[in-house]
Amino acid sequence: MESFAIYVPRLLPRKDFFAPGHRACIGCAEALAVRLVAKALGREVIISNATGCMEIVSSPFPTTSWRVPWIHTLFENAAAVGSGIEAALKILNKKGVRTKKPKVVAMGGDGATSDIGLQALSGAWERGHDLLYVCFDNEAYMNTGIQRSSATPFGASTTTSPAGKLSIGQTRWKKNMPAIAAAHDIPYVATACPSYPFDLIDKVNKAVATAGPAYLHVLSPCPTGWRYPPDLSIRMGRLAVETGVFPIYEIENGKYKLNFDFPQLRPVRDYLAQQGRFRHLPEEEIERIQEGVNREYEKLKKKLEA
Amino acid sequence: MSSKHKETGLTWQDIDIGCVITSPGNAAQYKTGDWRSERAVWNKDRCIKCGICSIYCPEGCVNQDSEGYFEADLYYCKGCGICARECWTQAIEMVPEE
Amino acid sequence: MGMVGMEGSLALAEAVRLADADVIAAYPITPQTHIVERLAEMVANGELNAEYIPVESEHSAMSACLGSSATGARTFTATAGQGLELMHEVLYVASAMRLPVIMAVANRALSAPLSVWGDHSDAMAVRDCGWIQMFAENGQQAFDLTLCAFRIGEHPDVLFPVMVHIDGFHLSHVVEPLVLLEQSDVDKFLPKYSHPFALDPDRPVTMGAFALPNVFTETKQAQDTALKSAMSVILQAWQEFSEISGRHYYPVEHYRTEDAQILLLTMGSFSETAMVAIDEMREEGKKVGLIRLRLWRPFPFQEVRQAVENAEVLVVLDRCLSYAGPPGPVCSEIKAALYSQEKRPKVVGFIGGLGGRDISVQEFAQMIAKGVDIAERGGEEETEIIGVRG
Repeated sequence: MESFAIYVPRLLPRKDFFAPGHRACIGCAEALAVRLVAKALGREVIISNATGCMEIVSSPFPTTSWRVPWIHTLFENAAAVGSGIEAALKILNKKGVRTKKPKVVAMGGDGATSDIGLQALSGAWERGHDLLYVCFDNEAYMNTGIQRSSATPFGASTTTSPAGKLSIGQTRWKKNMPAIAAAHDIPYVATACPSYPFDLIDKVNKAVATAGPAYLHVLSPCPTGWRYPPDLSIRMGRLAVETGVFPIYEIENGKYKLNFDFPQLRPVRDYLAQQGRFRHLPEEEIERIQEGVNREYEKLKKKLEA
Repeated sequence: MSSKHKETGLTWQDIDIGCVITSPGNAAQYKTGDWRSERAVWNKDRCIKCGICSIYCPEGCVNQDSEGYFEADLYYCKGCGICARECWTQAIEMVPEE
Repeated sequence: MGMVGMEGSLALAEAVRLADADVIAAYPITPQTHIVERLAEMVANGELNAEYIPVESEHSAMSACLGSSATGARTFTATAGQGLELMHEVLYVASAMRLPVIMAVANRALSAPLSVWGDHSDAMAVRDCGWIQMFAENGQQAFDLTLCAFRIGEHPDVLFPVMVHIDGFHLSHVVEPLVLLEQSDVDKFLPKYSHPFALDPDRPVTMGAFALPNVFTETKQAQDTALKSAMSVILQAWQEFSEISGRHYYPVEHYRTEDAQILLLTMGSFSETAMVAIDEMREEGKKVGLIRLRLWRPFPFQEVRQAVENAEVLVVLDRCLSYAGPPGPVCSEIKAALYSQEKRPKVVGFIGGLGGRDISVQEFAQMIAKGVDIAERGGEEETEIIGVRG
């Protein structure tokens, strides 16, 4: 927990722009992340949402959890739709038809972001739209039933990368979306997790204030897909950070900054042992994961000095 | 507030153009409280009114009462137990629903 | 205004400029490239005050158009062939979400094999997407119908996206004499666009909710009824357009059909060649006429039935082949429209012009003669592909 004094209620804006009554699973940290992001974004925003858990749980016709203008169309085009909204606001302001420019925010899960929607996102970044893209990463295509994505971590069992007699589950390392974002030279990239709510909200505010493309990658623990009891969602996010599996950092105009560092990272097995999706892993794979986490963490630390 | 789905019984003429929903946040009529098998109960002797529970609630249904103590709106509380787990003073207990 | 010689694509771009489009999100693809290049040039020179989004694919082009239209901006794009197919799923969304994106399609054959040349297979693959669709015959219509498209699609009683089909290369790349319109006339004809629920924090709406089985059917009934109702606005718009231009368009247009016993039906640029063939056959004393389908969706059932009610034979030319099914999509739809009629002509279909192949005036005459012959013999005949070797 960050070292903040205990007057938390007074530190956060009160109003919620993501209403309860949504159909997220019990204990869903992605819903919490969306709620906190929406709280930070406030009223003056237009959201373009991709198909996925959060879109489905928040918009069963004729009800909606959204208290801000919100549009969902398809799975792979949140960034493209967002680009269109941003361009429209620009020209309508120029022509005097509109007088305000609300922030345009695109939201998508890991599937919508790093797989099917990667092209649209890359295009939006390259064109430099004033667009904040938030990826809510629960590390699989959860809404369709826990199928693997390129964000699924090594060794995780999903329905399309199941652990079996011949397989340890996912055999690829998690795709590094923040690095891909940074490779587009966009001004602001950050990782965050709802287990660290103040950091998440600060980063939303920073991203909103950024003129041009910004990318937030939010780890969203999923009790249903990761297979742990729902009350442990916040703990799971903390363990991901404390073990170095999901480092919390920012890349501002190409400069890396690690927001939470620890004198010693916790062993990765502390994190893996808590989740059913890793239960099948033999010792040598746990070691392989530890090596991989160490390697990636060292790579990240080298970038801090650059 | 009724938990009955409004979409049953809608005629095609009732539907707004392009299926737009014009009542922001009207999902709030849906009683997710029916989902739970246990509910969060606060012990006011231990509650220090820090609000961590209200921050971490995925439903956003934990609010302060008139005295500043926190409580879950049982219309929405899904009984996930995150608040009880995260409470610094362990002031929240998850009580099974009958 | 005086007559100018202008390439079809460039005339179409002029229409978009006169309409003062706000956002153009487009991906280049032969043979639409001249449209989007000209528009980019207009924006770069300040001739058109618009945001030009050079998207990275057609799927993103139409997606960006959705976002733009939903925000209340007059939105235009153009595509062809493979591009239309790549944005296929997005087309359905534009219609169902009632976002009046205006799009020019330079009709191009669908791969494989790769062909950049014109036929209607791209248009026929998107029959059911719920867009208003019209076919231009010449450069003048490419200009006129595009202006009308903005007027029709954005009308508050319509709010549907509109496709203007122009034959790839035959219309997009050919220089023809045509007449543009003055800005003042266009301004009178075309009001500003506003969406009743445009995305705006002052009036937060949710667009694109998902529908359970217990309500999906109703949403489709609503969409279908609304698209059919657009007919009255289309007719009204074309009436008003005739008042500023002197050119009046109709869902079904006739050429020398008054006493015709034999009718030919065409769509797109073939109509002009067909008209020459009709003239020649009339010279020979044959009572033939031409029907040109201008409006494809909403399908003009009434106008089609009226147009053919006194004919004995109707020959339908399709510029698209539906494999192993009823071969010509247009022919199938015409037959379906006429099925319920007591009095109807014998309908004979032909396929031609695939992948940019031409059909000569003589071939048109031969087609009509063959069609009459087949009709007289009766029975089921294999639909001929005009000019196929082998």
